[in-house]
Amino acid sequence: MKVGLFIPCYVDAVYPEVGVACWRLLRHLGLEVDYPAGQTCCGQPMANAGFEDKAVPLARKFEEKFAGFDYIVAPSVSCVAFVRLNYERLLAGHPCATAAKAMDIVEFLHDVVRPAGPLGRFPHKVSLHNSCHGVRELGLSSPSEQHIAPFNKIKDLLSLVEGIEVVEPERKDECCGFGGMFSVEETAVSAQMGLDKLRRHIATGAEYITGPDCACLMHMAGVAKKQGLDIGFKHVVEILAAGL
Amino acid sequence: MSTSHSIKAKAFLKDGKYAEWHDATFWGVRTKRDNMAFGLDEWEQLREKASAIKRHTISHLDEYLEQFAVNAEANGAIVHWAADAAEFNKIVYGILSGHNVRKVVKSKSMLTEECEMNPYLEKRGIEVVETDLGERIIQLKGQKPSHIVMPATHLSHDEVGELFEEKGISDEIGNHDPTYLTYRARLSLRNEFLTAEAGMTGGNFGIATTGDIVVCTNEGNADMSTACPKLHIAAVGLEKIIPDYDCLAVFQRLLARSGTGQPTTTYTSHFRKARCNDGEFHIVLVDNGRSSWIADPDHWEALKCIRCGECMNTCPVYRRSGGYSYSYFIPGPIGINLGMLRNPQEHSGNVSACTLCNSCQSVCPVKIDLGDQVYKWRQKLAEYGTASKSKKMMCDTMSRAFGSESRYNTATGAAHLLNNMPHGLVHCGLNPWAEGHEMMKFPKKPFHKVFEDLEKEDKE
Ligand code: SF4
Repeated sequence: MKVGLFIPCYVDAVYPEVGVACWRLLRHLGLEVDYPAGQTCCGQPMANAGFEDKAVPLARKFEEKFAGFDYIVAPSVSCVAFVRLNYERLLAGHPCATAAKAMDIVEFLHDVVRPAGPLGRFPHKVSLHNSCHGVRELGLSSPSEQHIAPFNKIKDLLSLVEGIEVVEPERKDECCGFGGMFSVEETAVSAQMGLDKLRRHIATGAEYITGPDCACLMHMAGVAKKQGLDIGFKHVVEILAAGL
Repeated sequence: MSTSHSIKAKAFLKDGKYAEWHDATFWGVRTKRDNMAFGLDEWEQLREKASAIKRHTISHLDEYLEQFAVNAEANGAIVHWAADAAEFNKIVYGILSGHNVRKVVKSKSMLTEECEMNPYLEKRGIEVVETDLGERIIQLKGQKPSHIVMPATHLSHDEVGELFEEKGISDEIGNHDPTYLTYRARLSLRNEFLTAEAGMTGGNFGIATTGDIVVCTNEGNADMSTACPKLHIAAVGLEKIIPDYDCLAVFQRLLARSGTGQPTTTYTSHFRKARCNDGEFHIVLVDNGRSSWIADPDHWEALKCIRCGECMNTCPVYRRSGGYSYSYFIPGPIGINLGMLRNPQEHSGNVSACTLCNSCQSVCPVKIDLGDQVYKWRQKLAEYGTASKSKKMMCDTMSRAFGSESRYNTATGAAHLLNNMPHGLVHCGLNPWAEGHEMMKFPKKPFHKVFEDLEKEDKE
C-alpha cells in the first residue's frame, strides 16, 4: 500500500509540526509513505470564494503529483472533502484518479489502518472540535441534525491515546465561523462565531481544543489571542503521535 | 471586501446582549426540533420520502396542476392563474372590488408578502388586517417579517407591550405579560373577523386528487378568517401542489416538528368548498417565476421547500445577523437561494452569508441541497457582474502563487518575516483577517523544508 502525504498550503506554511506528526505517525504504523515534492494547494480557497476556474490548474497539478498512490492522506478535512466532491467535475474530460483516493488522516486511520494498540500519550483534558466538513461531508461523526446511530471516528481514535480525557462542547458540531473567504468577507459574524465556539470549548474545562482541520484551529487561535482567552490547540494527529 | 449582508450583520452584532439573546432564542427552536426529530425512529426515512415526493411532483407539475384545478372546480371553487405578482394583485383586487369589500382579514401568507399585495390593496382603499399574531405585530409596527415562521420573534415582550399601548390594543399600561398581550390581541382581532367582508389564506398544500387546500396554523386564525366572512380567497404558489392525502401525511409529520418543534400544528384546516350557499371560494395559483426555476438544473430543488423555517434556526449566520440583514424578504439559507433565483443582481450581497457548514441541508425536512446551491451561486457572480473585485484579485494571486513551485517556495519561505513586522502595519484596515484575529506566527521553516530533515532522520 503506497500512501501519498498531502500537506495543504496553509498547514505547510503555518503548522509544519502537524505535517511532522502525520509523517511520524504513519511511519510508526509501518506504512510506506511518500511526500511528493512540489505540492501546494488543492484549490479550495478560490473555489469556495466563487472562482472555481482558478482551482482547475491546481487540480491538474494535484492529479499529476498524486494519481499514482493507493491512498492520498491529508490532515485537513475541508481540503479532502473538496478534492473528493469536486475534482471529477473540475477535471471533466480528463482522467481523475485522486477524488476517490483522497482521505482525511482520521478517516484513513480509522477505516483503513485500524490500529489496535496504544498510540501516543497525552495526559490532558481535550475538547473535541467536530469540523463541519468532517461531520457533514466526510462522515467522521454523526451530524447532530440527523436521527442516526451516534458515532465519532475521532473519539474512537483518541481512545487509543494514553492518559487523555476527551469531552465535547455544548452544540457539539456548530460551525466555528472560519469558512475560508467567509472569515475575511463576513468579519463580524466570523469573529462572533469563533468567540462563541471558544467559550463553549473553554466551558468544558479542557486544556486543549483538538480537531481534524487546522483551518478551524487557526481561526479559533487567532480569535482567542485577540480576545485574551487562554486555551491550547492541537491537531488530532499531534495527539495521536504525542511521544512516539 | 464587505457585502450588503456583512455590513448589516456587523451593525446587528454591535448590540452584543441582543445578538446573544437572538442566537439563543433560535437555537432553542433548533433544540425543540431535535427533540421531536429524535422521537421518531423513521425520521430520516420521512425526509427521504418527502424529498422524493417533491422531486416527483415538481417534475410532473403540469399534470398535477391540471388535476388539482379540475377537482377544485368540480367542488365549486373558482380557480385563477396568475403569471406574476402584478397579475396576482390584479386578480385579488378584482374579486374584492367586485364584492365591494373594504376590509380583508388574512391568515399568514408569505406569497402575499412576495407579491407585495398589502400595499397594493391599501392603495386602492382596501384595508388588510393580518390575523396571525406575529404578523399582526409587525404590521402594526410597520415592519417586514424577520423570519418566515416566527415573523416577530426579533421583538421583545416590552416592545410589543409598548406597541399595543400606543395602538390602543391594551389598556393596562405597563402590563407586558405575554398572556395578557395575547388576550388583548384576541379581543381586538375578534372585532376584525366580525367586520371584514372577505378572508384570505395562503395554502401550505394543495391536494391534486381532491382539489383541497390545506392550511396549518397554531392560532386557528385561518378558520376564523374563513368562517366569518362569506368570501374566501386562497393564494397558493404552484409548487405547493402535492399528489394526494398519503403524501400529505408525510409532510404533516415533518412540517411542525421541523418548524417549531411541535408534533403538529394546533390547527390543520382543510378547505374544499365555499362555506355556505351564498359564499364564494377562490383559489389563485401563482407562478411568479416558479415555472422557469424548474428548468434550472442547479437550483430547481429549491422549489421543494415547505417553508418550515428550520434552515434559518440552525444557520449560525442567520442567528447572529437576524432576518433584516438579508436583502430578500425570505432570509437564511433558503432565502439566499430564492433571492438569487428571483433577481441575482439585486440579491448577490447575501451569498456571502454562508460558511458552507451544511447544517441547513442536514436539517432540511425535504433535503434541499441549500449549502451546495450557495456554493454554485458564488461561481456565477462573475457572470452577473456582482463578484467582489478584491476577492477576485486575492484568488488570482493565490492561484498564481500556488501554480508555480518557485513562487510558492519563496512565499512560504519568507512568511516568517511577517512575524517581525510592526503590529500596527499587519493589523491595519487593509488586512480584514486582523479585524477579528491576531495574526498567526509563521515558523522559520515550512513543512516542505522540515521534511528534508525528516527524510534524513528516516534514513539514519
Ligand atoms: S429549505 Fe428546508 S429547512 Fe429551509 S424552510 Fe424550506 S423546507 Fe424548511
